[in-house]
Amino acid sequence: MKILVCISNVPDTTSKINFTEGDTKFDSSGVQFVINPNDEFGLTRAMWFKEKQGATVHVATVGLNTAEPTMRKALAIGADEAIRVDMEPTNGLSVATQLAKLIKEDSYDLIIAGRESIDYNGGMVPGILAAQLNYNFVNTCIGLEIDGNKVTATREIDGGKETLSTKLPLIVGGQKGLVEESDLRIPNMRGIMMARQKKLNVVAPVEANTGSSDLAFEKPAPKGAVKLVEANNLSELVDLLHNEAKVI
Amino acid sequence: MSVLVYTESENGKFKKNAFEVASYGFMLAQELKTVAIAIAFNVENPEELGNFGISKVLNIKDANLTNFNANAYAEAVSQAIAQENSKNIIISSSTDTKYMAGILAGKLNAGYCPNVVAAPLNTEPLTLKRTVFSNKGFATTSIDTDIGIIGVSSNAFGINENKTQTEVLEFNPNIEGSDLGVSSVSIDKVTGKATIADADIVVSGGRGLKGPENWSLIEDLAEVLGAATACSKPVSDLGWRPHSEHVGQTGKPVSSNLYIAIGISGAIQHLAGVNSSKVKLVINTDPDAPFFKAADYGVVGDAFEVVPELIEKLKEFKAQNA
Ligand SMILES: Cc1cc2nc3c(=O)[nH]c(=O)nc-3n(C[C@H](O)[C@H](O)[C@H](O)COP(=O)(O)OP(=O)(O)OC[C@H]3O[C@@H](n4cnc5c(N)ncnc54)[C@H](O)[C@@H]3O)c2cc1C
Ligand SMILES: Nc1ncnc2c1ncn2[C@@H]1O[C@H](COP(=O)(O)O)[C@@H](O)[C@H]1O
Repeated sequence: MKILVCISNVPDTTSKINFTEGDTKFDSSGVQFVINPNDEFGLTRAMWFKEKQGATVHVATVGLNTAEPTMRKALAIGADEAIRVDMEPTNGLSVATQLAKLIKEDSYDLIIAGRESIDYNGGMVPGILAAQLNYNFVNTCIGLEIDGNKVTATREIDGGKETLSTKLPLIVGGQKGLVEESDLRIPNMRGIMMARQKKLNVVAPVEANTGSSDLAFEKPAPKGAVKLVEANNLSELVDLLHNEAKVI
Repeated sequence: MSVLVYTESENGKFKKNAFEVASYGFMLAQELKTVAIAIAFNVENPEELGNFGISKVLNIKDANLTNFNANAYAEAVSQAIAQENSKNIIISSSTDTKYMAGILAGKLNAGYCPNVVAAPLNTEPLTLKRTVFSNKGFATTSIDTDIGIIGVSSNAFGINENKTQTEVLEFNPNIEGSDLGVSSVSIDKVTGKATIADADIVVSGGRGLKGPENWSLIEDLAEVLGAATACSKPVSDLGWRPHSEHVGQTGKPVSSNLYIAIGISGAIQHLAGVNSSKVKLVINTDPDAPFFKAADYGVVGDAFEVVPELIEKLKEFKAQNA
């Protein structure tokens, strides 16, 4: 089984978000970039398939060379090879088109992406890939078992979960649950050393449609001060929620 | 030209978000001087959408399409788009809809703008305001393709009544024979309880509650309010609550009218996922808990004392206002 894990290089969850160039660009100065958390769960599940079922695991990103430390980290965690499509990722449609080309050329059986990138929260790349490639697709995936080309997957739904059956080739939009938080791996010294020997191929982008463009950004308006209510005066709280906030 | 609204339903009834997307679709259709058409799946009273400005409902009656299947639904919607020559597709932000949205965008080669929180800023090109960076920012985004998909954030735009003459037509998409690829084996779902995605009020508990045995506090409060229950990430990682209740940047997003956080410190990743809720109430023993900075109302106090008392007060309030 050949697996491709699609990795989006995103600001660490603790990052302060600022914009620059007249509020037209995300300000990446001083920001630490990491593997998108949803993709990290997917990568960890892929490592399980590698270790238990002999799968080969490649990782791919569409991004500039600033994404390479993140890809090295994925190699240090245990991926066999990395691919970077040398293009600034500005929208889901063109990113998916790049990834679809890689997938067609190298006939992967399983493509693990994330439910969404935590930066632009598009939540569209895996679905677009599925449509472009005509592959099966399970989103918000929280459980994945593969036997030959038969797949049993679990997905999160509003208010519960659904078990699905499908076949390879398959695209997954993964998230926590695919593996547990405690299963995530921190690269060790040996992994980091080995990652240096592994291939990080850089390929040129193909022409692709742009689905949308971000023209400008802004930050939310600062919040007013909290209204504190004494713990022994909860009738007042109920009154405020009813008459002032009008939420009950 | 027309605006097509994709509506969600359950057991033959529209979900609340169907009226939100219908309201958005009508508003956009007015700006574009065209009509808003809706597609519905096995709904008993499709004409209800006439209250929200929809002038035509394509209602599918097909037992094979009773349960959501992302491929089948995306196919049905794209056939409706072709039939009605729709250029703008309005969809919700539910888990199922987001599953279908990417497939639809890929099929149509369309720009998709999710998490939209306001009416379009411009229609030529279509320009939208959406949240990015998990509610830590907003982007102004234009759609660059002929057909555009607009994902409306829940609870952001609201439901607006606009009584309109509505015709209901039966719609029979041709799905038969197409390989759906993915089939449902079983669904494991709490019924009769508000879900985090739909609820007006969400009551959420954190590590401050000390253990799963204390969750009746959260559940009892949720019950008086008709609210959904949620939790912080460590609570689900510790196995105190199911993962499906984990909210925040890496969990489910919350955009309810009222979010009540009990024993939750307000870490940046938690706030990122819940900040788009309209009103936030925080109950925490620590006056310096970061959540108070993001809250509208706060009680500094012990959840084990405050919550039972609050439940009593709410019961009294309900009795008086019944
Ligand atoms: C990559 C990454 C992603 C993450 N994603 C998420 C996410 O999506 N969602 C999320 O929630 N977290 C997320 N986190 C974790 C986050 O950083 C915090 O660790 C977590 O939110 C803390 O949970 P908590 O507030 O329940 O617990 P704590 O931080 O331990 O806070 C407990 C609070 O309870 C209060 N308390 C104690 N006793 C009482 C009492 N008797 N009555 C009232 N209050 C009391 C305390 O004062 C304290 O403020 C993420 C972390 C990382 C690194
Ligand atoms: N630039 C990118 N390079 C590689 N994979 C990506 C990229 N952007 C998004 N993805 C994948 O698609 C998933 C969903 O991303 P998005 O549609 O951007 O929210 C991510 O979790 C990744 O797996």
